[in-house]
Amino acid sequence: MIDWLAMGGYGGYVWGSYGVAVLAIAIELTTLRYRRRNALAQARLEASDGT
Amino acid sequence: MSGRLLYRFASPAAFYPLAGALAPWFFGLAALLCLGGLYIGFALAPTDYQQGEAYRIIYLHVPAAWMSMFIYVLMAGYGVLFLSLNARLSAMMMAALAPTGAMFTFVALWSGALWGRPTWGAYWVWDARLTSELILLFLYLGFMALQAAIEDRRRADRAGALLAIVGVVNVPIIYFSVQWWNTLHQGASVSLSASPKMAQIMLSGMLVMALAAWMYAIGASLLRVRAIILEREADSDWIRNYLAEERK
Repeated sequence: MIDWLAMGGYGGYVWGSYGVAVLAIAIELTTLRYRRRNALAQARLEASDGT
Repeated sequence: MSGRLLYRFASPAAFYPLAGALAPWFFGLAALLCLGGLYIGFALAPTDYQQGEAYRIIYLHVPAAWMSMFIYVLMAGYGVLFLSLNARLSAMMMAALAPTGAMFTFVALWSGALWGRPTWGAYWVWDARLTSELILLFLYLGFMALQAAIEDRRRADRAGALLAIVGVVNVPIIYFSVQWWNTLHQGASVSLSASPKMAQIMLSGMLVMALAAWMYAIGASLLRVRAIILEREADSDWIRNYLAEERK
């Protein structure tokens, strides 16, 4: 297992690539969730203003 | 028939629930394909005889780089649709794709740097392929900044569409850079005209990961276009009804 993680000495490069990609996707999905939440709150506000 | 169907879903009111229903399926497929692709790439595919294990970055790098280009071409396509048909949803799709495209471009650059270091001895060189891909990142960021900077929605969409269309000239430059100029970056590993220059098992791992990236990009942009529809059409009757329906 440790051997496999070491990636023949290239572990830092390989996992550094995949790790940052996972982070980038996590950031994108988190910002998406906030954007939706804000948009919904804003839409509800405007809907209640109108009535 | 299919034209009529397309027309029906070209309205934000009809597309909003459709996108919401489809997105989870695309994310589910993306996760399955990603697991499968990583299994092929890390468990089944052998070590490269020249690069050792470092080559395994390919399963991330190539799909991310492909997506960075595909998504920009898609954006430009929606830009053309918006300018020619004045379809609101096209402008929204264009805006929904940009952050995902920027994300894939960043991942392609980052993984490329971490792959370049052990294989070329440098994280970065100013060669044609790397430089044009960096320009692609600036095009995505420029598109988003431009849209955010213009108050008037229609003007922002027109400016964004123009930037997307003009900027698309960079995509063939990225793609053919390795043929047109003498670059450090290797040539295409896969092309339609020649047999792949890599082992079948490595190729299939890469293609499965590319499919996963497609599914993710579709899922993420469908979710984003929903948020954009909410942002832009908040004062429309259908959203009011939709929210009222939700509250019941």
